Amino acid sequence: MKAARGFFARLLRNRMAAAGLLVLALILAVVLAAPILPLADPDATDPARRLLPPFSEGAWLGTDALGRDLLARLVWGSRLSLAVGVAASLLAAVLGSTVGLLAGYLGGWTDTLLMRGIDTLMAFPYLLLALAIVAVLGPGLLNALYAVVVVNIPFFARNVRGVAAGLRHREFVDAARLSGMGSARILLQEVLPNVMPVIVITVSTTIGWMILETAGLSFLGLGSQPPQADLGSMLGEGRKVLINAPHVAAVPGLLVFLIVMSMNLIGDGVRDAIDPRLRTGLPGKPGTATRVERPDVPAGHDGDAGALLDVRNLKVAFDTGSGRNLAVQGVDLAVAPGECLGIIGESGSGKSVTALALARLVPSPPGVITGGVVRFEKDDLLAAPPGLLRRLRGGRIAYVFQDPLTTLHPLMRVGDQVIEAIQAHQRQAAGAARARVHELFAAVRLPEPDRIMQAYPHELSGGQRQRVSIAMALANDPDLIIADEPTTALDVTVQAGILDLLAELRRQRRLALVFISHDFGVIARICDRVAVMHGGEIVETGPVLDVLHRPRHSYTRRLIAAVPVLGRAKEILRTDPLEAPA
Amino acid sequence: MPAYVLGRLLALLPVLFGLSLIVFLIMALIPGDPAQAILGSYATPENVARINRDLGLDRSLPVQYLTWLGNVVTGDLGRSYSLNRPVLDEVLERFSATLILAGAALVLASVLGLLAGIVSAVYQYGLADKLVTFAVLIGISLPSFWLGLLLILLFAVRWRLLPVSGMYAIYGGGGLVDLLWHLILPATTLAVVAAGVIARLTRSAMLEVLRQDFVRTARAKGVSERGVVFRHALKAAMVTVIPVIGIQAGFVLGGAVYIETVFQWPGIGRMLVDAIGTRDILLVQGGVLVVAASYVLFNLLADVVQRLLDPRIAA
Repeated sequence: MKAARGFFARLLRNRMAAAGLLVLALILAVVLAAPILPLADPDATDPARRLLPPFSEGAWLGTDALGRDLLARLVWGSRLSLAVGVAASLLAAVLGSTVGLLAGYLGGWTDTLLMRGIDTLMAFPYLLLALAIVAVLGPGLLNALYAVVVVNIPFFARNVRGVAAGLRHREFVDAARLSGMGSARILLQEVLPNVMPVIVITVSTTIGWMILETAGLSFLGLGSQPPQADLGSMLGEGRKVLINAPHVAAVPGLLVFLIVMSMNLIGDGVRDAIDPRLRTGLPGKPGTATRVERPDVPAGHDGDAGALLDVRNLKVAFDTGSGRNLAVQGVDLAVAPGECLGIIGESGSGKSVTALALARLVPSPPGVITGGVVRFEKDDLLAAPPGLLRRLRGGRIAYVFQDPLTTLHPLMRVGDQVIEAIQAHQRQAAGAARARVHELFAAVRLPEPDRIMQAYPHELSGGQRQRVSIAMALANDPDLIIADEPTTALDVTVQAGILDLLAELRRQRRLALVFISHDFGVIARICDRVAVMHGGEIVETGPVLDVLHRPRHSYTRRLIAAVPVLGRAKEILRTDPLEAPA
Repeated sequence: MPAYVLGRLLALLPVLFGLSLIVFLIMALIPGDPAQAILGSYATPENVARINRDLGLDRSLPVQYLTWLGNVVTGDLGRSYSLNRPVLDEVLERFSATLILAGAALVLASVLGLLAGIVSAVYQYGLADKLVTFAVLIGISLPSFWLGLLLILLFAVRWRLLPVSGMYAIYGGGGLVDLLWHLILPATTLAVVAAGVIARLTRSAMLEVLRQDFVRTARAKGVSERGVVFRHALKAAMVTVIPVIGIQAGFVLGGAVYIETVFQWPGIGRMLVDAIGTRDILLVQGGVLVVAASYVLFNLLADVVQRLLDPRIAA
């Protein structure tokens, strides 16, 4: 009961659905009141008053070819069309849902047999099957109704079957079965209430079509037969006098349109209100760059003169329905050319958001950068025009993401993806770009470059995919690579290989690296300095060894204690200082 | 790929069997004397006797079905008594006219729907999005037979820009230009609903895809916004849009029945309506069979295209 009230509240809050309800309620009120309204006799012919235009005396909407009052015919015709449409959708709902319930609940042979039958019905183009049925039964409104019912049964059967099959092995159904309830009772008492929402959604989305299709069959002369008239047959009669008296066809058509549109509006609203996940307009799609809303642009400070990347007081927030949550609360970072800075923290600490915010890749909405400065050499990226931002991204600042299975385009050959990265920044002919990909693949130690270029991401191993991502990041010889948990999705042995590769590339190319991880062992292996993030703030920062051996902040101590491979990390550390560049 | 297509063709056999059974039953289920029903006003005693002999109506239902199926497979769909010519000839002639109309409408609907959906998604909640959403709402609610009449009134009767009806001009027509000229109004009318459905789906598919990680990767690479939308997002969205275009093909094929009546297009839909009126059941049967079988094959084609587009399914 409470659920139902919530449903209606949501439905009415949807302005479009409420408008649909209002229009439909008005039409319903008029057609239900038809017997007591002061209308002319819809079937009374008057040859002297043929084809009167609208607003004639005694006939507001004019008259048809036999001199019958169009307003009266319209009201009675709508009454008939609505009645047939409602009856058809109820019948289709009962029959289709029964098929779906039985197939879904019983499974096995019953399921196969019933659903094969439904598939066969679906194999016919929708209206064609209706025509075939009318051909068998003969023209007539009732037969048209049956035809429309049959062609709509599959929609109910399929939707209901899906849900019922999912319920078949749920605990409460099993419990009912164990307590000795018969199948029929379980279906009616336990399963049916749970598939009801699907049935309601299907009714509300198909009833518009059903009214349209019955009107259509009547229009073709296969539905209601004279003197009985629904909106469709009125439209068909109007067509005969289309050129001399267009209003005879225009008015019933307009009413069909209004009824169908209001039903569609209500249908969309019902679907959204019952299942918010299916909503058509969820949060906005992310734009090209994260929105920046700095209350005041900080005055140009010199910062670290030698820094490649200098971040001051960066604040990133996410808009939620109820307000703005601050995810990064004033972070300061600096990276010198060729330096590796590790950012460590648990999930939710804001480390990945910080990494993405540097090149304004946090999806917006809901993300907003609410303050700070991100200076890359001389440019404040938070004030950079789109053109500059595009040239820097992938050109001088490149990213390597966590899971290359989702971060590489699944439907593009990986070679084409790397070539695209090159051609986004350099004018290179296809041949030269291919040669460049070969170089890059050699640099990241991918064997058989021609074969790998032709592969799709799902055809490669996790390690190979991540090497492709790194090759893609190197494509334009960037100065800075931001690697967001680049090894987290990989096996330990593969992980070591990727880390060695990054360390080596960094030395060879004097690359600066911002390396995000939750694993102190990994950071210690390749970074010079580390910043520890917690709750959107940097709680501690310094040379990796200092932080690791003399953590000052209690959170850092807990983080170090939480890493199970710490023993191994220490071993690595003893040999590592020699490798790290000064 | 060839193995896949072969497998799909084999899987079609039960569907085609069910389809032929339903089409066969159209005749078997006709109340009363089938020969009488088939012949309608041509039911002289000699004709009735001939039909009964031709169709083996005195034998059991399974035998009748097998005989009928044998005839169908060899291309014999019987003879139309109202037109006095083989059903197959008439059906193929009419169906080709329908294919021209429905094909043009489907192409138009796909192009319009995709464009509108993309624009709508890219400018989500903007003016363009609101306009498209509104147009889609109107489009999918319009009774096509009414829209056709309105377009005839405006473009053909009032402004005299386009022909009122038919496929070719009666005098001096016949060329491709003439055909395209006659095609504009009916194809547009038929395309409206499908375009609306395709636009709606393209919008939501694009919005879904634009949120994915690989789109962020494209932006991180410095790909232009146009490249992000068309090369990355659209490509992934097409995987969900293609099957819907396949389903819309069925609605367009069915909707052609109305449009052919409104615009006097000599297609199979109008043939079926006329045949139902004259009780020419063999013609109905043949028409339904040919259209439904083509539709099944078209859906197979849509699946193959989707597979070519998405290498993951093949793996």
